Amino acid sequence: MTGNAPSFAIEAVAGEGEGAIALQLAGDWVQGQTVPGFGALRDQLAGRELSQLQLQADDLGDWDSLLMAFLLQCHNYCREREIDLDTHGLPANARQLLAVATSVAPHQPPARRQQHWWQAGNPLRVLRAVRGDLRESLGFFGDICIGLARLCAGRANTRWADFRHFCYQAGPNAFAIISLTSVLVGMILAYLGAVQLQQFGAGVYVADLVVIGMLREMGVLMTAVVMAGRTGAAYAAQLGTMQTNDEIDAITTLGVSPVEFLVLPRLLALVVMMPLLVIYANLLGMLGGAIVSGGLGISMLQYISQAQEAIAVSHITVGLVKSVIFAVLIAIAGCRSGLYSGRSSAAVGQAATEAVVTALIYLIVADAAINIFFQHVEFW
Amino acid sequence: MSEPAVIEVQGLCMAFGSNVIQRDLDFRVERGDIFVIMGGSGCGKSTLLRHLLGLLRPASGDILYSGESFVRASQDRRAAMRRRWGITYQSGGLFSAMTLGQNIALPLQLYTRYSAGEIRDIVDYKLSLVGLGGYQDYLPAQISGGMRKRGALARAIALDPEILFFDEPSAGLDPISSRLLDELILQLKESLGATVVMVTHELDSIFAIATNSVYLDAASRTRIAGGDPRWLRDHSEQPVVRQFLSRELAPAGDAQSE
Ligand SMILES: Nc1ncnc2c1ncn2[C@@H]1O[C@H](COP(=O)(O)OP(=O)(O)OP(=O)(O)O)[C@@H](O)[C@H]1O
Ligand SMILES: [Mg+2]
Repeated sequence: MTGNAPSFAIEAVAGEGEGAIALQLAGDWVQGQTVPGFGALRDQLAGRELSQLQLQADDLGDWDSLLMAFLLQCHNYCREREIDLDTHGLPANARQLLAVATSVAPHQPPARRQQHWWQAGNPLRVLRAVRGDLRESLGFFGDICIGLARLCAGRANTRWADFRHFCYQAGPNAFAIISLTSVLVGMILAYLGAVQLQQFGAGVYVADLVVIGMLREMGVLMTAVVMAGRTGAAYAAQLGTMQTNDEIDAITTLGVSPVEFLVLPRLLALVVMMPLLVIYANLLGMLGGAIVSGGLGISMLQYISQAQEAIAVSHITVGLVKSVIFAVLIAIAGCRSGLYSGRSSAAVGQAATEAVVTALIYLIVADAAINIFFQHVEFW
Repeated sequence: MSEPAVIEVQGLCMAFGSNVIQRDLDFRVERGDIFVIMGGSGCGKSTLLRHLLGLLRPASGDILYSGESFVRASQDRRAAMRRRWGITYQSGGLFSAMTLGQNIALPLQLYTRYSAGEIRDIVDYKLSLVGLGGYQDYLPAQISGGMRKRGALARAIALDPEILFFDEPSAGLDPISSRLLDELILQLKESLGATVVMVTHELDSIFAIATNSVYLDAASRTRIAGGDPRWLRDHSEQPVVRQFLSRELAPAGDAQSE
């Protein structure tokens, strides 16, 4: 870029008393030039008894926002020190822009307390945060219970249209991915078992392994994991976006509890659809097992008769009980993250992540607990 | 005309599917104009703006910038033309995950060679222009609705654009801020030689600063008047336009009388 280098110079004003200083601006104050920073001027002015600063621009060439940014800093500097700033020497445009820019005094942000990393890791603080989290979760769970009670009493503001819509989203829309995962899980179970069992010549017991494994454990767990990623995250994103658009506030001020209006239909839809999905997943898992067993030389008839023996009401019950509990956990994790999300796009993303991560943790912990429980009551 | 208009709209027809919003729009925006798009709520002002910005494709017709068709321009040409624009949207459009300062610094970082320190100073200056000096470190969610509007304006003027598009810039502002905004728009026009196209319902600011306008009618779905709004208020042949500009209700029974 050509042009004159931008610069400034200060000189005393003749005949204007002690403290008057003229600031001569010269050259092109535009992008591409190395513009002197305001710091340089402040250094030159430091230590002087100033009462007036006269801006003069006789040799000023082109200028853009850089000059204005510089002038604004001059203005703020003068205002702090109660120096009179005379802008009559500036081009008319620049003067008026400066007038607009300075018509509102700058806002002083309140001092924020710095948080150090060692404070963030302070165990007491972490405990307090966990306590807050726990309290929030319990409160949310309580709200849901109240909402359910009101629903039973027929006084909740839950819309059946919403419920049907979410049922459709959580059920039929999830068929494809559930089919894929459960067939594959069934095949994996069968393959894993067959390789071991055939060493003892007990290959036919593969059917038992697949049936019991799918019904009690893998069918419901895989379905829950898929639904946590699919539906739990969607719930969090939906509610988080509603939070950003003030929609949750609008619902609350309409006198409707967001839990009843938004959370219950989602929760109930998932609770209704999950067991159905699990039954479907179990069937497909056994089919997957049959395919692998066929490949390993076990006839279809053998597989079926062995499977028939393995299937027991207790296994199915365990799977279904788990599926209902998991559905509740996934819905709670998703809706809670969404409902308490921040109000920015990043916060909505965070809510979705949090929904999936918490749901997975809940799932694993709950699964372990339920297994231990059934072990103790010897429900086989 | 020797010099092509900054924006020229020729026979523009806007539609969503088979739902025609406005048809046969023809108007010119000259350099240095403050051009106002007027009309009742829902008549298609924001839609027209989105067509001018190339966010929507016209059903038919053309939009020329300095004589060059925007509708038929290549991607690169469009990007180059857009770089000279500053835009605010009806609901702000600030990036919610960035602070106000980062929002305004973004176009500067993308398209200029200012150093980091210079960008900081310029951000400070642009925020001061809209009366938000000192709010650099606030997230959009932490400031009021009117402040978000002004923040979006500061981002729009970050690059000292040649054409400014505003969708209802003063909605939600108090009378003083809205006066200051008018003043700011005038100053920007003067100092940058910018052309301003805006959608607004604020009669005060329309009469104070607008030099040209177009009135879109919801009933007939086309432009029914255009020109200096002050002149239109007193002399328009269309009663609807005069009523709009003088805030009168249609006389009961005979809207078409006189
Ligand atoms: N994405 C869209 N799809 C279909 N129709 C739309 C879409 N956006 C807007 N419309 C329709 O276009 C019409 C004009 O909308 P527009 O937003 O342009 O109104 P407006 O004049 O800006 O109103 P306001 O003053 O209230 O902002 C409306 O009737 C609206 O229903
Ligand atoms: Mg609009």
